[in-house]
Amino acid sequence: MAHAAADAPGRTLFEKVWESHVVAREPERPTVLYVDLHLVHEVTSPQAFSELAARNLEVRRPDRTVATMDHSTPTRRGSDGRFAIVSDAARSQLETLRDNCRRHGIELFALGEEGNGIVHVVGPERGLTQPGMTICCGDSHTSTHGAFGALAFGIGTSQVGHVLATQCLLQRRPKTFRVTFDGRLPAGIEAKDLILALIARIGVGGATGHVLEYAGPAIEALDMEGRMTVCNMSIEAGAKAGMIAPDDTTFAYLAGKARAPQGEAWDQALERWRALPTDPDAAFDRELRLDARTIAPRITWGTNPGQGIAIDEPVPDPAEVADAQLRGQVARALRYMDLEPGKPLLGRKVDVVFVGSCTNARLTDLRAAAAVFAGRRVAAGVRALVVPGSVAVKAEAEREGRDRIFTDAGAEWREPGCSMCIAMNGDRIEAGQYAVSTSNRNFEGRQGPGGRTFLASPATAAAAAVTGRVADVREVLR
Amino acid sequence: MSWSFTATCAPLLRDDVDTDQIIPARFLTTTTKTGLGEKLFADWRYDGSGAPRPGFPLNDPAHGGAQVLLAGANFGAGSSREHAPWARVDYGFRAIVARSFADIFAGNALKNGLLVIALTDEAHEALRQSVERDPQVRVQVDLEAQTVALPDGSKERFPIDGFMKHMLLEGIDELGYLRGFLPEIAAFEGARGAAPAG
Ligand code: SF4
Repeated sequence: MAHAAADAPGRTLFEKVWESHVVAREPERPTVLYVDLHLVHEVTSPQAFSELAARNLEVRRPDRTVATMDHSTPTRRGSDGRFAIVSDAARSQLETLRDNCRRHGIELFALGEEGNGIVHVVGPERGLTQPGMTICCGDSHTSTHGAFGALAFGIGTSQVGHVLATQCLLQRRPKTFRVTFDGRLPAGIEAKDLILALIARIGVGGATGHVLEYAGPAIEALDMEGRMTVCNMSIEAGAKAGMIAPDDTTFAYLAGKARAPQGEAWDQALERWRALPTDPDAAFDRELRLDARTIAPRITWGTNPGQGIAIDEPVPDPAEVADAQLRGQVARALRYMDLEPGKPLLGRKVDVVFVGSCTNARLTDLRAAAAVFAGRRVAAGVRALVVPGSVAVKAEAEREGRDRIFTDAGAEWREPGCSMCIAMNGDRIEAGQYAVSTSNRNFEGRQGPGGRTFLASPATAAAAAVTGRVADVREVLR
Repeated sequence: MSWSFTATCAPLLRDDVDTDQIIPARFLTTTTKTGLGEKLFADWRYDGSGAPRPGFPLNDPAHGGAQVLLAGANFGAGSSREHAPWARVDYGFRAIVARSFADIFAGNALKNGLLVIALTDEAHEALRQSVERDPQVRVQVDLEAQTVALPDGSKERFPIDGFMKHMLLEGIDELGYLRGFLPEIAAFEGARGAAPAG
């Protein structure tokens, strides 16, 4: 790129990554886009491997494919020390993944093994996720990896088959949308609050067809784990992906990670990575500026991630919503959540607290939750689950003694996995119960049929656990 | 498969219907694509004991045999699970008419021969009213012409990716098409050498 004409228009981070992965481009046809890293899990891959088998095809690049077990894995061991898998179907799905990986020579981080964990926690912590890469997984929260300046997005199972067989995807080029956060987040306000505020602002379809780039001082000030939380929820605004320009924070995180480039290769990689950030004169299809200084702890009240408020705000009153369509949605969500229009959420009793998921189960998330649990007790009648994102996160949290903070408080400290984020493994809330959850989706029944979810940050979730109510963590810590 | 067909519609008009409603996650522990139709909208369709809920449109005999789902805006938000379109196809739907669709869902649907038809608000409202008046009214979908003929006699054009339309009409398989690029893929890999990233 050193030879580019001086007057060539600037390019965005997205454009640079996209352009360098175009294998073929024909007029009117989708681009053939190369995939650097393909992450695989048990739920969205079996039918793709079957498709390959039916056509007698091999996996083209097993060396660019990494698998983990996370969605339906148990987070508890039985009295015999063995994992108690929820059903025969789940067991067979895990075994199918193991067979497929063995047959095709794909590296697998199997249940209980070192390296195992939620797919979007494992990629970054191994150093598999790197700036400038294209990364795919049959999982919509693949957007998480965009925190490193990678173009990372979720794909369906047909496409999982395409990538397995060709290492490529047919893709239409998405549009670009930059959101700049001015100022810094106030003390005690987390990345989760920032992204929930954005989704409430633009709505769950607000970024459809676009790749988001998050920029500005508030984003630059986030650590990698905070940036992952932000990019993770890009899909909840409908975005194709979310990206953040790689910088020294990114490089410091990656340095020395197991799969990151080493030695001379590291120096070369750094040179490439430093050229990735959006050029100053690059243009986006859409832009939005928000002030990070005004963001408060956030919580959702409804049944999609865009239905959120600042913790001390009342839930909306349909009577005050002018748009008929929107009014119906608000009323329906309030009915499902059994909430009174126009009343505050603060003080509302909760039954379950879940700290976990690919959004908020990394070390800094657990530290933020532990800071609130420390010296306090889980309120009577509340069940609190802390589920680390990976075996490595679990080990490190235990080394720091956080597990004892949780268990001393009366919370359950579990084995890693998706757990109550998706309620496939037996961990779930019951019909009618209220949960404050650090996960990313509050859809009806997501955490168990009939269950009701309030999404929030780890600190806010912990505050709910120790008070037994929706609480303002700033008050709890005061 | 014929890409011109007439069908009745089952209405499900909420906006932002997410993939967890279309096919709840606890049914995703399958390793095949079949049998998911029964679980389509399971938590809305059946009560806790597994009995059909009378008010739900798919349980209404008036909408029995509907091959078109009439949905609201941003249909299919949420996860990338292809189980959502598999469940719909398994159930017998051939098209979804909505005001808009979530990206991943729309792509997954077309890959499974399930048409996603986005109508303007006016046309959508007209169809909604027709179906409300008479559940047995039919729409005529024509992929070639990219039109849907509404019960009131009007004809609406709907957008579809030209390439996807071509693939569906010609019965071309996407993986086969992609494999046609294997020489280019090998050349791309060769030119980049061993470097792991762009
Ligand atoms: S933690 Fe939840 S959102 Fe993340 S990959 Fe697992 S199920 Fe999906």
